[in-house]
Amino acid sequence: MKRFLSRTLPLLMVLIFGVLGAIQYFVPHKVSQVYYRTILTWSIGVSSMAVIMAAISFLRYHYKKIMSSEGDTLYSSIALVAFLAMLGFGAFGTDKGSLFYQFYQNIFVPINSTMFSLLAFYMASASYRAFRAKTFEAALLLTAAIIVILGTTPVGSSIFLDKVTMWIMSIPNLAQKRGILIGVGLGATATSLKIILGIEKNWLGG
Amino acid sequence: MAISSSIWVWIAAFLTLAVFSFLYKDNIIYKMVEALFVGVSAGYSIVIILKHSFVPNIWKPLFVSHNLLYLIPFLLGLLFFAMLSRKTAYLTHIPFAFLIGSGAGFALPLVFQTNVMAQVKGTMLFAPSHYPSLGAFINALIIFIGVLTVLFYFFFSRGEKTNRGIIVKTGIAFIMIGFGASFGYTVMARLSLLVGRLYFLFGTWLGILH
Amino acid sequence: MAKFDISNIDRRWIYITILLGALLPLFVPITFAPKISPEVKAVYDYIDKLPPGSVILLSFDYGPSTLPETEPMAEDIMKHAFINGVRVIGISLTEEGALLALKAYSNVVKEFENYGTIRVNYGYDFVFLGYKSGRQAVILSIGEDIRKTFPTDYQGTNIDDIPMMFNVKNYKDISLVVDISSTNTPNDWITYAYSRYKVPVAVGVTAVLAANYYPFIQTGQIIGLIGGVKGASEYEYLVNQKIQSNWGMKPKRIPAMRNMSALTVAELLIVLFIILGNIGYFSQKGNKRR
Repeated sequence: MKRFLSRTLPLLMVLIFGVLGAIQYFVPHKVSQVYYRTILTWSIGVSSMAVIMAAISFLRYHYKKIMSSEGDTLYSSIALVAFLAMLGFGAFGTDKGSLFYQFYQNIFVPINSTMFSLLAFYMASASYRAFRAKTFEAALLLTAAIIVILGTTPVGSSIFLDKVTMWIMSIPNLAQKRGILIGVGLGATATSLKIILGIEKNWLGG
Repeated sequence: MAISSSIWVWIAAFLTLAVFSFLYKDNIIYKMVEALFVGVSAGYSIVIILKHSFVPNIWKPLFVSHNLLYLIPFLLGLLFFAMLSRKTAYLTHIPFAFLIGSGAGFALPLVFQTNVMAQVKGTMLFAPSHYPSLGAFINALIIFIGVLTVLFYFFFSRGEKTNRGIIVKTGIAFIMIGFGASFGYTVMARLSLLVGRLYFLFGTWLGILH
Repeated sequence: MAKFDISNIDRRWIYITILLGALLPLFVPITFAPKISPEVKAVYDYIDKLPPGSVILLSFDYGPSTLPETEPMAEDIMKHAFINGVRVIGISLTEEGALLALKAYSNVVKEFENYGTIRVNYGYDFVFLGYKSGRQAVILSIGEDIRKTFPTDYQGTNIDDIPMMFNVKNYKDISLVVDISSTNTPNDWITYAYSRYKVPVAVGVTAVLAANYYPFIQTGQIIGLIGGVKGASEYEYLVNQKIQSNWGMKPKRIPAMRNMSALTVAELLIVLFIILGNIGYFSQKGNKRR
């Protein structure tokens, strides 16, 4: 029974839902449309429930850490209190002006945006230490990068680098990104097929 | 403008400076702020998902409107809770099979059409007379060569540095220019974020900037 | 005094230089009129030509980590739409975007109140339907029936009670989807909304991602692209020109243009660091050879 529920049934489900999902695209019949709409509605509902599980996992992880009193108790306590506080505030409203809104705008937003702004410093440091024209390929990368950086500034515009930047973006950059896009598209299509046909089973945990 | 009198702005300014302190070195204040971020972030996401997604799209239709069609996704969703025990964790394969199977089915024709068909069509090369100018034809030719050599590099090169043919070398050249262009734009993105934070500190908080 | 070694500058000096390079220009309030790129102009022209009463869908898919780039984009799209009498349905496919959408909308309302020219009414000119999980399913589901996807707005008001939603059923009633994003959601909009339902899609993304979307412009899968703070400043400039010509007042809030002008020095410094690093590297290499 366990094998049926853990492997046979899930593999059968991906086969059925996958094949029907792909076929409905080509079959505009009423039955196919009803099926399609129903599955979409269900998908939104099911995925929202996966998140409740994530919340419980978060609680369990930090609770265990606090109880085991191994090292990071302080940080886990802060995370847990902040988590519960947000849940509590959220229960009273999430509109503009609510405590939930203020916590988000004045705690979450500044921390998150400042964390990412630190990358400006690291990038400056890396530009000096790591971006070296050791090979022809590296020189190409550097030249393109310098032109694009300068091309976005008024200084670069005054010496027509903005036009060169535009050309790099819409011709060689486009070609490179398209090459990757086609590669990813073919890969994703193959993986989808493999999942549907039960050849790819990694999602079942090996 | 004068220094802000809003307690929220002061809190945000303190948190901004606490995160910046990491540039000097890792410290306890930074770590505490990081833990606060983790908690607020998780709590925020849960509330938004419950309020905006779970309640209107499954709870209300099933338990308020009594639409039994929603019983199936609700039961499938309940199986996620089997993860709480190791003995029953395997049951989560069922709701995942539903999401992965239907997702892969819907994606199959559309991803192929978007990423492969349309892109291949956009790369097609025609006779020079088809283009409005010689420049446009040359650009189309460069795109054609670029896409082909990049694909060739991904599918047929084995990574060894020696014996690289002209096709693979051309593909690498396009990849490097593309990465350089992305890096150039990334510089702009990260710096604009830093400018944004500085504007907050010196403008919104301290009131020095107008 | 320690000898200055070009091949080994301490990182702290680099940090201080970049900090000053980003900070000092903020005290010199000079803004440059941006050169408008064709991909930004295409988005502007498309919205500009929409007849009053049309509906566009604006997806707030950005997070705080890209706010200086993406928030002005979202605000300027809304401003442009409201000036032209175009209605905006706001949604969010990322949790983070939900409350940022409310903030952007309230910024626009406040700005328009200051102008005193037109009033933006919630439910008539704008509605925010909130966040939904299951990204691809949400995009596809809007194509079938937006009421099934979003039974209520973010406040819990039934969608059937919102006046501007009376005649909106699916993408057939939506003239354009604009995705402002800091993640890969534009790929999903292109794949699931454009490819399946042929609704026009415009994209506004952080500069980190902007280069990835050029292939879609050439194929016509997106009508245009607003890339990073540069694209945002261009759109802001165009909208401000419109406000000036329509109402005869010069907008004072120019976050993207201010940000773009302040960036110049810091960007030049990055180029300088790359050049210094390479000079140091080649001079060291030369010394070793000798």
